[in-house]
Amino acid sequence: MTPDLECVALTKRFDDATAVDNVDFAVPQGSFFSVLGPSGCGKTTIMRMIAGFLPPTSGDIRIKGRSMLNVPPNKRPVNMVFQHLALFPMMNIEDNIGYGLRRAGLPRADIARKVDGVLDRIGLPGVGKRKVHELSGGQKQRIAIARCMVLEPDVLLLDEPLGALDLKLREHMKIELKALQAAFDTTFVYITHDQSEALVMSDQIAVMNNGRFEQLGAARDLYYRPETAFVAGFVGDTNRWPAIVVRAEGDALQLRTDSGLTLHGASHGRALSAGDRADIYVRPEAIRVAHTGEELIHFDNRLSGQVTSILFNGAASRILFRDDEGRGEIEVTLPQSGEFAMLEKGARMHIGWSGAHGNCFAAGTGA
Amino acid sequence: MRAQAKLGFILLLMPLLLWLTALIVIPHVDMFLISLRERVGVGEYATSTANYRTFLNEPLYLMTFARTAIMAVAATFITLLIAFPVSYYIAKMVKGRTQSALFLMCLVPFWVSELVRTFGWMILLRETGVFSSLLQWSGLVSGPVEMLYNDAAIMVGLVYTSMLFMVVPLVTTLESLDDSVIEAGYDLGGSGPSILREIIIPHATPGIVSGSIVVFMLSLGNYLTPTMLGGKDSLWFTELIYSQFIVRFNWELGAAFGFMLLILSSVIVWAMLRLTGQTLEKTMG
Amino acid sequence: MIPTIPQPRAIRAAYGAYVALFFIYLALPLTVVAVFAFNDSQFPSLPWEGFTWNWFFGDSDPMIGVFHDRAILGAIGTSVFVGVCVSALSVAVGTSNAFLFNRYQFRGRGVLYVLMLMPLVIPGIVLGISILVFSSTLANAAWDGLKWDIVALRPGLTLVVLGQFSFIATIATLVISARLQKFDRTLEEAAMNLGAGRLTAVRTVTLPFLAPALVGAFVVAFLMSFENFNTTLMLVGSDAPLTIAMFDRLKEGSTPLLNAVSLLLMLGSSLLALMMIAFQRRAT
Repeated sequence: MTPDLECVALTKRFDDATAVDNVDFAVPQGSFFSVLGPSGCGKTTIMRMIAGFLPPTSGDIRIKGRSMLNVPPNKRPVNMVFQHLALFPMMNIEDNIGYGLRRAGLPRADIARKVDGVLDRIGLPGVGKRKVHELSGGQKQRIAIARCMVLEPDVLLLDEPLGALDLKLREHMKIELKALQAAFDTTFVYITHDQSEALVMSDQIAVMNNGRFEQLGAARDLYYRPETAFVAGFVGDTNRWPAIVVRAEGDALQLRTDSGLTLHGASHGRALSAGDRADIYVRPEAIRVAHTGEELIHFDNRLSGQVTSILFNGAASRILFRDDEGRGEIEVTLPQSGEFAMLEKGARMHIGWSGAHGNCFAAGTGA
Repeated sequence: MRAQAKLGFILLLMPLLLWLTALIVIPHVDMFLISLRERVGVGEYATSTANYRTFLNEPLYLMTFARTAIMAVAATFITLLIAFPVSYYIAKMVKGRTQSALFLMCLVPFWVSELVRTFGWMILLRETGVFSSLLQWSGLVSGPVEMLYNDAAIMVGLVYTSMLFMVVPLVTTLESLDDSVIEAGYDLGGSGPSILREIIIPHATPGIVSGSIVVFMLSLGNYLTPTMLGGKDSLWFTELIYSQFIVRFNWELGAAFGFMLLILSSVIVWAMLRLTGQTLEKTMG
Repeated sequence: MIPTIPQPRAIRAAYGAYVALFFIYLALPLTVVAVFAFNDSQFPSLPWEGFTWNWFFGDSDPMIGVFHDRAILGAIGTSVFVGVCVSALSVAVGTSNAFLFNRYQFRGRGVLYVLMLMPLVIPGIVLGISILVFSSTLANAAWDGLKWDIVALRPGLTLVVLGQFSFIATIATLVISARLQKFDRTLEEAAMNLGAGRLTAVRTVTLPFLAPALVGAFVVAFLMSFENFNTTLMLVGSDAPLTIAMFDRLKEGSTPLLNAVSLLLMLGSSLLALMMIAFQRRAT
């Protein structure tokens, strides 16, 4: 089956910089695809090329197999939800949603019927006569999506549409967007710098940096099996140690950190050998805490020391831990069992983790 | 504290009230009263509507009045048509330094007096002027061509002289239209004309209205341009006012004319605001 | 149509050409005025008789230059005097008005605001005659009742200043209000929190913030006063400001002297406006 959207060797160079560098991807029908990256990585450029507001320097963009290169933006079967929504302030809600239908030359009665239909689907029946500024942030969001969806595009582009919302609403809209996508069964291409938006909603995520895709995969792959140091550092929280490889046996590595710790790690197939400089990435939740050293005997990385700070955040509470020789602070997630709920600052603790959780990458490749 | 705030309020209110009452309200009321006076003998006056009757019964006055109104409306419309594409170009098609430079170039001619601008057009248009000479030199005409002293010359001058007051509000409102709103229009299938009609013009309405009001006022109340470019027979209403006041010393009739001009301008401004659903505070403030 | 929307090259080119044409239209009259200031002829028109500075520096008939024409120099002086008076008055009243409308909510505020805008929609010549009529009513009353002859109420510079001020004050108010609205009032609160009294806070924090607008309003007011014609025409007495003096000369028939004066005006006002822009750039 042809994918809904396909980008082939897509490249965009501006006068002095390459914003998008030879990017390939395909988005299957009905999926939720995200491009995740820091600001300035080129994700907005990709989106604007797909929408038709920027011509690519080279490469091709295909929608349902048809090249879009010579199709002007008003003739492309893609619609876009803009960063600040770009609802037309001079029109009421009904006219906003009906705008594209009027352009398509539909009879007035059909337009009214379709507008009512889509307002029902997004759960805002009866707001048609209202002005744009009379709606709340979340409602405007839904109107912006409805304005596009009423045209039944092949692909819906969303350019960080949640950025302007406050935290609570943003959390809510994540779930709602995912539900709307499922309900409309349309391909969504979503760009964001907020990893939690991408992780929660997407079927597939492309992590982008410096104009290139670092890794493309499902949320879980990116999180647990980052392929590059950038992904390891950008997606999720992590502890990082610069170190030197002391010994390499297959995937298993033994390293000496610059702070003087000896740690075990894993190269997961990346070429690292003794003497190489490397960075070790360990997620806070991969580290176990215990009152005694014996409980952690099965881990190949073990440290004992003190709790220097408690970062209480409900179920996601963490501690900062410093080992007895004072070689840097380590962030550790507390288990949710409540076992350590009464932990005090300064308490003596033991921590440990398996070497397989210590992702190692050649030094200098990370974020 | 409250007493102090009260005192501050009164101190700030005084200059405003003094200015508006002594220089705006009372003089206009006085002008209205004078216009209702009829000289019945030496130093003797009676209240009557004689001056307004004179105005209504004299075809020349009425004709001049109507002609001035129509020409001023036409000048406003032409100015808008010429200025809109240029303002749009400055506001949306260029950015950064080019934008400021173009905008500045629009402002420069208006830092000099209207008299100089009109003088420039006289040098260009008159019989011995630049255009006439160029036409003769190129062999297109055999003798001198007089391009001054007709309605087209007046129109050129009026449009030129008010251009800035249309460009500035238009650029300001058009600049405030977010590019992404126009892009959204295209993205949803809109084409140039439909976006102009449904998005750009509705957004620019406050600017269009305030520009049009100012240009209309300036054209209607203009004295220099019709006098100098239109010559003796230009039949502009302000010339009638001037001649009643300064030449014939008939202040009563002159005041009535002034009042008619004021009513005409108020009615047209009010109609313009009503038609577009704008208010004076929003468009001018 | 914005640059990010693809458009045929021909349309873009046509659009660019239109804009270029527009700027030629803008520049043309001023250019000819400037060029003919240097024509060695009695008339500001073709043919070109050669280049001369005489219309600026000439001191003998028939070519008396600007700098030796007492009447024109006097008129420039009058215009500057009127301009400074009008600007100073307008900025003072405009600042007061801006604070009033920005800081106080009171009954009648809306009405007063609309009334404040009115001078913009009253034709200048009507402003002129209404003030002329009223001042002469006052003067006649003073004479009839008290046998006082109040010269200031007869056509002359006082009336010219008042007449110009009556609508330039509105412009000054709008310019200053626009900037005052952008002022973050917590800055004043911070100043008071740090020990300043209310007036001291306004003087040390708000007024410096307003400075670019005050300078801008002053310059705009000065330029508007300098080039005002309609209102001035009705109120002028024996001391004619420059625009009126030039108008009288023009009616008699023009010599390139007027071009020379105009060129100096262009240079002067451009310089003034550029200084204002430079000042505002530096301040923001």
